[in-house]
Amino acid sequence: MESAININQDVETSADNIQVVAFQLGNEEYVVDILKVQEINRLMRITRVPRAGEFIEGVVNLRGNIIPVINLHKKFNLAPSGEADDKRIIVFQFDEVKAGIIVDKVSEVLQINASNIEETAKVYTSIDAEIIKGVAKVDDRLLILLDLQKLLGLEVI
Amino acid sequence: MKMDMSQYLDVFLEESKEHLGSLNAKLLDLEKDPSDSSGLNEIFRAAHTLKGMSSTMGFDDVADLTHHMENVLADIKTGTLRVNPQVVDTLFQCFDRLQLMVDNIENSGKGMMDNSDLISILGNIKAGNYEVAAVAAVAEKELVVEAKQNSPSLIGLENEGHSFIFNDYDMAVFKEAISQEFQVQFIKVEVEQTCIMKAVRAYMVFKALEEEGEIVKSIPSAEDLDEGKFEGTFEMVYLTKNDINTVMETVNHISEIKVVEIKELNLDSAPAEKSSPKQAQNTEESRSNSADPNSNKVQAHKIKQTVRVDIERLDQLMNLVGELVMHKGRLEQIGATQKVSDLNETIEQIDRISTDLQSVVMKVRMVPIEQVFNRFPRMVRDLAKDLGKEVDFLIEGKETELDRTVIDEIGDPLVHLLRNALDHGLESSQERISKGKPVQGNVVLRARHEGNNIYIEVEDDGGGIDVHTIIDKAVEKGMISAKEAEQLSNEEAIDLLFASGFSTAQNVTDVSGRGVGLDVVKTKIESLSGEIFVDSKPGLGTRFRVKLPLTLAIIQALMVAVKDEIYAIPLSSVDETTLITNEEIKMIQKQEVIVLRGNVLPLYRLTQLINVPGDFDRDEEMYVVVVRKGDRQIGLVVDTLIGQQEIVIKSLGRLLVGISGIAGAIVAGDGNVRLILDLNTLF
Repeated sequence: MESAININQDVETSADNIQVVAFQLGNEEYVVDILKVQEINRLMRITRVPRAGEFIEGVVNLRGNIIPVINLHKKFNLAPSGEADDKRIIVFQFDEVKAGIIVDKVSEVLQINASNIEETAKVYTSIDAEIIKGVAKVDDRLLILLDLQKLLGLEVI
Repeated sequence: MKMDMSQYLDVFLEESKEHLGSLNAKLLDLEKDPSDSSGLNEIFRAAHTLKGMSSTMGFDDVADLTHHMENVLADIKTGTLRVNPQVVDTLFQCFDRLQLMVDNIENSGKGMMDNSDLISILGNIKAGNYEVAAVAAVAEKELVVEAKQNSPSLIGLENEGHSFIFNDYDMAVFKEAISQEFQVQFIKVEVEQTCIMKAVRAYMVFKALEEEGEIVKSIPSAEDLDEGKFEGTFEMVYLTKNDINTVMETVNHISEIKVVEIKELNLDSAPAEKSSPKQAQNTEESRSNSADPNSNKVQAHKIKQTVRVDIERLDQLMNLVGELVMHKGRLEQIGATQKVSDLNETIEQIDRISTDLQSVVMKVRMVPIEQVFNRFPRMVRDLAKDLGKEVDFLIEGKETELDRTVIDEIGDPLVHLLRNALDHGLESSQERISKGKPVQGNVVLRARHEGNNIYIEVEDDGGGIDVHTIIDKAVEKGMISAKEAEQLSNEEAIDLLFASGFSTAQNVTDVSGRGVGLDVVKTKIESLSGEIFVDSKPGLGTRFRVKLPLTLAIIQALMVAVKDEIYAIPLSSVDETTLITNEEIKMIQKQEVIVLRGNVLPLYRLTQLINVPGDFDRDEEMYVVVVRKGDRQIGLVVDTLIGQQEIVIKSLGRLLVGISGIAGAIVAGDGNVRLILDLNTLF
């Protein structure tokens, strides 16, 4: 897909730095570990899956593979923001499981120093705390680091 | 020298299981007919190969137990030991233990286990009968000595001073070679200590030899030789038309290389023929008969030319073919709208080819159900013994072929049905006698092919299902009320058997009746897109029929639309489609129904069943798809019928597994994902 951003999997990551993809959900900025990201695509036709979990937006056809897409807006109760043209589907891969999330905008790829990550419990105590690994401070931005494994495992069965 | 065996582990496991399977099957035959010498030979051969393989792989406990088994088998073969129930039972126990060890190896990579109990039993059997059969002392003593050193079949070759282990396949190759006037030669070659590039020398030896013949085996393997992973010497088995001297010259011609030993292998000393003269005679007989079709029995287990392929590759192939079929569908659409005659011709060709390709790939994935059935005779025998029942177990149609994915899944449900037939189905011996039935009960396991489906039946001639017992039990368990019970038809009552938590066994036995029963079977079969039916005649017996699709990968489907969503309904569950008007809909107890040619069908609206977003509007006319769920018919109201289409089923993946009403997804010709409705769980 021409619009897909190619992400080099062999990025250099030292022990203290993690490389992440930053994206926007509503007015908040989130990041995920880049090593779990397979690709980023433009929005495509999503087929609704009846009777699936509330946060499942549907499934998409990714080059012949059927991939579930999760709606994090619903999960975090955030209103969608930004231009329709900026919306993307970030596709993750964990072992055999693939899944995508819809985001309002993919902003950049950046390095975060582990020392800049605050553990969740100190800043965040809602029910969603479990799927949030921590909050990273980069300059004056606050980036929410998602635990995708927990997100997929907990929410989507 | 320690070679890395891990790459052979899969092959070892696969083949061990096959051998254990044939051991079990043949021992059962032998139990029925102790004079069946060809069966015994098969057992012997399988045990022997198993031993060879396991010791090569370093699973010494497996090898050791097999070795002791072989000792006993050897005695049976020479006739010094009679086949009696004790012996057979012990051997079965050994097979079980071996199975356990192989399973362990598969799971943990280790096959270590203390088998001294079985080994001592085997020893006793051998010793006990040894005394009785002292008359045959001379012949046997030889064997014992041989057997103690190692297995008889290995001996013959090992005495000749090499460490090759030949399996049946090798032997077949050798025989074939000899019949074409080749010689089978054993060559041991030494590379000079001072040689720097040993691998190159080894390569040169191979190259020189392969010009005049074929090296079938080498120790170390050719790969290791290539990498120079050997010290001083290596051994080869070589097929050639040249005599020993010529070969020797060829090899010695290579510098830094010397032939240490070379000789022609005498194949008459090879496994099967060696250990007893009687056996040799048999083989000769079978050889001379080989043109005779009746000798097929003996020859049946000769090697078929096959290739082991990773199932994943087949899946990939299937996926590709699936995609091809999908795009073919797309082409057909374009052809139909554009009306280009040239294009249509080509499309027809592609259609033909892709249909052929599809059927070939399907066939490749097909496996005879034999694989599953083969373990049942043993299981039935053991069960019957445990239950104290006499059972004649008959298998029909084991050559019926099924998709590999189905084969892997169908075993457990069938085990369940068979256990049920033996435990609940057949009456106890006394009961059978008092009813005037033959003491021996019959259980038939039958597979057959019908259209696009496979039917597997488990039939017993026991007491049949007692409808009243079922109803009483269901009421007792609170599954239905007493009032409901009165209104139940026989069929509905029998259906209760499949409800979860239902088990009619009076006593909970080891065999069945733990409450996980037919409901599990039913769920499993439905997950394979199959159905299960029961016929029962009181006093005459019960028959469970399992209907399974030939393949799970590509099916015919009816595409329907509701609002702007499109769904696929498997055509196998569609009986018909019809157009009805609003007036035809009647209400019964708040349930919409229609009367179709005298049948009353409940009517469901797909929009409501799957909560299609949007307003619910009532049209004057509507399409109804009449579908079958089990043996009930149901009307499904849809907005539009799109048409029939061949679809390639894809899984929704682990995250979305088990959503009721959805069987999977397809990628439609336009690239969109469409969902397949699962009628068994939709309503």
